[in-house]
Amino acid sequence: MSIDPHRAPAAPVLSVEGLDVHYGPRRRRRRALHDVSLSIAPGETVGVIGETGSGKSTLARTILGLVRASAGSIVVDGEEVGAYGPRRWRALRRRGVVQYVFQDPLRSLDPDLTIEDSLAEPLLVQGVPRAEAAGRVRAFLPRVRLGEELLDRLPGELSGGQRQRVAVARALVTEPRLVILDEPVSALDSANRVQVLEILKELRADGVALVFISHDLGSVAGVADRIAVLYQGELVEVGAAADVIRAPRHPYTRLLVRSAPTLHSAPADRAEREALRTLLHS
Amino acid sequence: MSTLSEKLQTPVEDTARRARPPAPVLSVRDVRISDRAAGREIVHGVSFDLTPGRTVGIVGESGSGKTLTCRAALGILPAHFEVTGGSIELDGRDITGFSPAEWTSLRGSTISAVFQDPASYLNPSIRVGAQVAEVIRVKQKAGRRAARRRAVELLRAVHLRDPELVCGQYPYELSGGMLQRVLIAAAIAAGPRVLIADEATTALDVTVQAEILDLLADLRERTGLALVVVSHDLAVVAQLCDEVLVLRQGEVVEQGPTQEVLHHPRHEYTRLLIAEHEQYGLDRFLAPEEDA
Repeated sequence: MSIDPHRAPAAPVLSVEGLDVHYGPRRRRRRALHDVSLSIAPGETVGVIGETGSGKSTLARTILGLVRASAGSIVVDGEEVGAYGPRRWRALRRRGVVQYVFQDPLRSLDPDLTIEDSLAEPLLVQGVPRAEAAGRVRAFLPRVRLGEELLDRLPGELSGGQRQRVAVARALVTEPRLVILDEPVSALDSANRVQVLEILKELRADGVALVFISHDLGSVAGVADRIAVLYQGELVEVGAAADVIRAPRHPYTRLLVRSAPTLHSAPADRAEREALRTLLHS
Repeated sequence: MSTLSEKLQTPVEDTARRARPPAPVLSVRDVRISDRAAGREIVHGVSFDLTPGRTVGIVGESGSGKTLTCRAALGILPAHFEVTGGSIELDGRDITGFSPAEWTSLRGSTISAVFQDPASYLNPSIRVGAQVAEVIRVKQKAGRRAARRRAVELLRAVHLRDPELVCGQYPYELSGGMLQRVLIAAAIAAGPRVLIADEATTALDVTVQAEILDLLADLRERTGLALVVVSHDLAVVAQLCDEVLVLRQGEVVEQGPTQEVLHHPRHEYTRLLIAEHEQYGLDRFLAPEEDA
């Protein structure tokens, strides 16, 4: 799928403007996010890259209404949700417009529900009749490379890779407009990581927008149309994935690209990294 | 023998580059390791030679036997595991039949190691400087004050920004990258000739990982330290190593000079590891042939 990264797309699925988030009591408030603006078109995959303490999980949680912003606006599918209270957020989630996948699938799957019940639940909540829900769940399984024999198992009886694929299926079975994935492949070994990345790539054909949040530039690079770099709570660079990696502009992005382990790194990279670290710490 | 701090002050060319003694400091010959309890062989023959200032990399997934191989070289195999074939020579001495006392005198001063989770190797209730100084007091029979001074010097050598401040801090006050630097400082305190880094950067952010790998390369060049770098990530190993061993289920499926392995992999598994980086990694964008 090709989306022109330089043109502002019409009617974004998600539009974040001037977002500020603070934590802590009034006198010792710490800023987690500052002036973050990002907009995502239908069918687009945006990778948000950030390391420990960059604010990337705060961004995910704020978009999902789990953390309240102190300034700025969040528009999801045309609705300004920034000021929503818990009840209106619940209603929005029930409609299945926004879904999410976390790093640890055990956090998003009920350990006492069979895989079949876990996958059908978001559909039943939307009011889909039980028989139709069961049919849609079964029809979705091949897309995440899961067999029907897993349906009557519990999450604890699955491998880590299978569980994460169930979490992806659960997020996508309701055909949401937007899915937030927070470190979806970080806990997986390489074979399972590649498999989940392949699945995500295929799912984009449905027109769902994905926000792929990760510390790992490498895994995001293989899937994202655009990459946004979060550093110390601010978005320091946003651009087409290939441009950000081939010609990073911000010193932190340059350090990130030069630090990522690659097979063809040059010895010159070491001196460049050292210079960038000095620049960033001054 | 010169101390590490003296070596750190001498220019690169004087130590590692000009006079590279060909005698290996670590020589692993067809080493086989068995689990006596299960009655089966886990590592089926690993061989490599490591000379001062050089780096050997071992790549493999969990369970491939890479950590067992390192532990054998350190004399710290888990209970009921033993070397059942081949030989390991450390600084010219066969380690078979070493007594615990002999191991104690070799560990730290000849061979040393850092592992994945640095916090679990430090006492949470003792200041970091005291823990590094303890290694110096025990291994080099130094007095309290001298050990303390050397600890600060070592923390500076591993590029900690404010070594005096760090000395007085507790492990919980330091980040993962800083803790790993402290562990590296402790590991090189007694001037070892071989340092094993077993998944030492796996739990760190990429920019911090690169800082630690650059530090290891720097120590290698400045002191002639020989490195064994163990990782599940071929790219991490590729950055630092002269020679690579690819381990799978206890078997060395590929071994050779790093560039040779990367550009002409012979085994299917190595090709898989490379393909993963080329399809889902920065290599897709950075490969030289795409520079147009």
